[in-house]
Amino acid sequence: MDNIHKKEITRRDFLKKIGIAGAATAGLAACTGNGSVQDAGSEGEPTGKMTYRTNPTTQDRVSLLGFGMMRLPSAKGSDAHEVIDQEMVNRMVDYAIAHGVNYFDTSPAYCQGFSERATGIALSRYPRESYYIATKLSNFSPSTWSREASIAMYHNSMKELQVDYIDYLLLHGIGMGGMEEFENRYIRNGVLEFLLEERKAGRIRNLGFSYHGDVAVFDYLLSRHDYYKWDFVQIQLNYLDWKYAKQINPRNTDAEYLYAELAKRNIPAVIMEPLLGGRLSNVPENIIARLKEREPEQSIASWAFRFAGSFPDILTVLSGMTRMEHLEDNLRTYSPLQPLTDEEFSFLQSIATQMMEFDTIPCNDCKYCMPCPYGIDIPAILLHYNKCLNEGHIVTSPQASDYRQARRAYLIGYDRSVPKLRQANHCIGCGQCVAHCPQRIDIPKELHRIDRYVEQLKQNTL
Amino acid sequence: MLRKIRITVALFFFVFITLLFLDFTGTIHHWFGWMAKIQFLPAILSLNVGIVVLLIALTLIFGRVYCSVICPLGVYQDIIARFGKMQRKNRYTYSPAKNWLRYGILTLFIVAMIAGIGSFVALLAPYSSYGRIAGNLFAPLYQWGNNLLAYIAERTDSYAFYATDVWIKSTVTFAIAAATAGIIAVLAWRNGRTYCNTICPVGTVLGFLSRFAWLKPVINTEKCINCGLCARNCKAACIDAKNHRIDYSRCVSCMDCIEACHTKAINYSHARPQKQTQTQPADQQQTDDGQIDNSRRNFLTTTALLATTVAIKAQEKKVDGGLAIIEDKQPPHRRRAIVPPGAIGAQHFAQHCTACQLCVSVCPNGVLRPSTDLTKLMQPEMSYERGYCRPECAKCSEVCPAGAILPITPAEKSAIQIGHAVWIKANCIPLTDGVECGNCARHCPTGAIQMVPFHGRHRYRGGAGDDKQRPTVMVPAINTERCIGCGACENLCPARPFSAIYVEGIELHREL
Repeated sequence: MDNIHKKEITRRDFLKKIGIAGAATAGLAACTGNGSVQDAGSEGEPTGKMTYRTNPTTQDRVSLLGFGMMRLPSAKGSDAHEVIDQEMVNRMVDYAIAHGVNYFDTSPAYCQGFSERATGIALSRYPRESYYIATKLSNFSPSTWSREASIAMYHNSMKELQVDYIDYLLLHGIGMGGMEEFENRYIRNGVLEFLLEERKAGRIRNLGFSYHGDVAVFDYLLSRHDYYKWDFVQIQLNYLDWKYAKQINPRNTDAEYLYAELAKRNIPAVIMEPLLGGRLSNVPENIIARLKEREPEQSIASWAFRFAGSFPDILTVLSGMTRMEHLEDNLRTYSPLQPLTDEEFSFLQSIATQMMEFDTIPCNDCKYCMPCPYGIDIPAILLHYNKCLNEGHIVTSPQASDYRQARRAYLIGYDRSVPKLRQANHCIGCGQCVAHCPQRIDIPKELHRIDRYVEQLKQNTL
Repeated sequence: MLRKIRITVALFFFVFITLLFLDFTGTIHHWFGWMAKIQFLPAILSLNVGIVVLLIALTLIFGRVYCSVICPLGVYQDIIARFGKMQRKNRYTYSPAKNWLRYGILTLFIVAMIAGIGSFVALLAPYSSYGRIAGNLFAPLYQWGNNLLAYIAERTDSYAFYATDVWIKSTVTFAIAAATAGIIAVLAWRNGRTYCNTICPVGTVLGFLSRFAWLKPVINTEKCINCGLCARNCKAACIDAKNHRIDYSRCVSCMDCIEACHTKAINYSHARPQKQTQTQPADQQQTDDGQIDNSRRNFLTTTALLATTVAIKAQEKKVDGGLAIIEDKQPPHRRRAIVPPGAIGAQHFAQHCTACQLCVSVCPNGVLRPSTDLTKLMQPEMSYERGYCRPECAKCSEVCPAGAILPITPAEKSAIQIGHAVWIKANCIPLTDGVECGNCARHCPTGAIQMVPFHGRHRYRGGAGDDKQRPTVMVPAINTERCIGCGACENLCPARPFSAIYVEGIELHREL
């Protein structure tokens, strides 16, 4: 209760201050303890208008839009292999840097392990001090739990990124396997101590962690903040997860709590999943109508980015941008940021409440569950279901007026989105994917549910 | 005029019968499925007395119009011959009948039918030959065209078209179809209806009847100027212009001669049958028969391919994304072939099936494919590598014109046992990979599979933590009394390339 109360005050406080500072000049006054700088270019072009936040420990001036390198564009390779479209990555990075973006977040695990290399190729064309690199120690696989393997992974990151120091290093996804796995990955093997040494040596400028899953690990690490001195923490925050993360999945934690815990300790937060992998831009029709009615000229996604960016203790908001249009839209949103008013904040909360009525599966297409050893294309199956749900193509009875159309759309679309051999009916329920899901979706259960629905559609026995 | 009517009706039949083999959605069958059922041989095999009597009556009245209008292979030859005629007009000449060959083949055919040598029967039957040509050669083109439309539809976010798999169901059958199409095309190009009047058993039977037909082309000797134009336009080579005689056993009532005659000396009318001059044998016709056999043999040898079994070990997950490689399934060795529900049993099926491939063409699940077994070559059988016999589908039974697969409803099908599942312990994923599975039990439409604890010995290969105490391993237990043999378990079994559960056919289907 105390926490909740405190957060309320923080937010209200912040919004009030924004009101004083004037709506257009965003984060500046808002960041109570941090004191952020706001660069207000005078030209009409978005160039030079990016909103920046300042890291209290290293005084890094970080762009509010951070480039997430997890959903890089791919040139279609053969069936099982997708190759990163490096040319496109370079062009997007060029455009981002030209418009003030300077924070790039990657991991050894992303894009089948090729994200770091692509990031390195794109960024090495710029002076080292002109950008900040964030990467992670993604030693999820038990075979990389040893000290040697973990350190090798860390050194390999430097090699792939073509750098000799890392600006932001994260323990990746703490909490996903609970306390036990955390101990194995970082404590028993002494890897966390090693990273602290590296920070002391200056090869890691900021040390932090990204959190998904078991909140006990999050709480534990913050309780040891005096010792570890976390420079930043990466959390999932958006207007749906602000108050509803736990309701969507009892095993997850509301962003409101996570953010307040960090703000309390003056730890800057890096935001991931501000758009829930596109789920907050690909929304049901009636929600589009409500958002567009308020801001007819702004994209649906811009609401989500404004929500995340409006909090003062946030260092940067990561967006995994696959297409140039994503980048352009996000640049517009943050050049400069128009913080949410109090009224807009509660409006988005009512949108979130309305979205909770839809039974979408909280998959953000991060592909952490992949590859499924039995060849299932898990995200594609879940996304197709969500797409049909958003389009109103999930029917509950053959008496529904659009039953035939919905059936056709679901079944034909299913075969188009997912090759037959990778569909849900091939899921054997081995459960190997469950541990990897940052959203903690019970994947086999959902796949079997979708399979039953598909069978009912095929057999007309709904 | 008569010729134009013949051409119009023939094209109508030809187009829609062809579409029966091309349309994988099954919509055409609803309206035009009867066109396959009025084919002579299928009607005889399905003991469809009404149709047979009707066709005999038709022939006794109008002559062999069946051959020039209803039979798709006949029309196919006419189309090819038309191109031949473009190259050189008035190209045909009279040749005497080769009766020993016709009746010889007919006798062999009947013997083979009684003896149940389906492959021989299927090789000669006209309708099924055309079915194979359409199903093997035309259908892929049609499907590629469809897939192109589906590709466009997908990009315009339309659900009007959906893509379909294009695959060769059996190389042997494909080769025979291609050879048949080629040989018949060459014959038709050069000499018109050679096949119909020397090989085709249906043509021989109908030819025997058509001699007594009420209506037939008659030469009016008073008007005839002996120009011989009729004979040179007779694709059946049956007009002996010199003697003003027409061999009505070979005349297919195409009316070309009536049209060709400048003096209107030929009328389609009633006339007393004249005595036929029966002349003796021939030369070239023997070749086609032999060629088909040879090509078949050649292709049989090439299909004996060894399946390489490369077990892909489930890779350890270290990075995000990507798709595991899925190995293609290989058909298990079945001691008995599985035939579709409605076929009553292997014997009934073999005796009635003309191997026209209509059921193979319409099977939406990729289950039916032509057999490569010599005694029932090209007759369809079931296998579950690409899909399984889905509970909502009974398409093959709806389209079968020959009564080999009798009509059943999906509800009836759910209670017909066509085979039963067999468990192969050595392949079962819970035992080999040490993971939970039960996909067969989850998808069994009759609930014939339940998962039970396994207490026997097994060797778990690989994976971390071998020494740990594992939870009880569950393996499938099959209730063969309830199993209908649909193959859901076999198709959805994660073990590859050989499933850990497969369906074994049974001799005689059983109603549960």
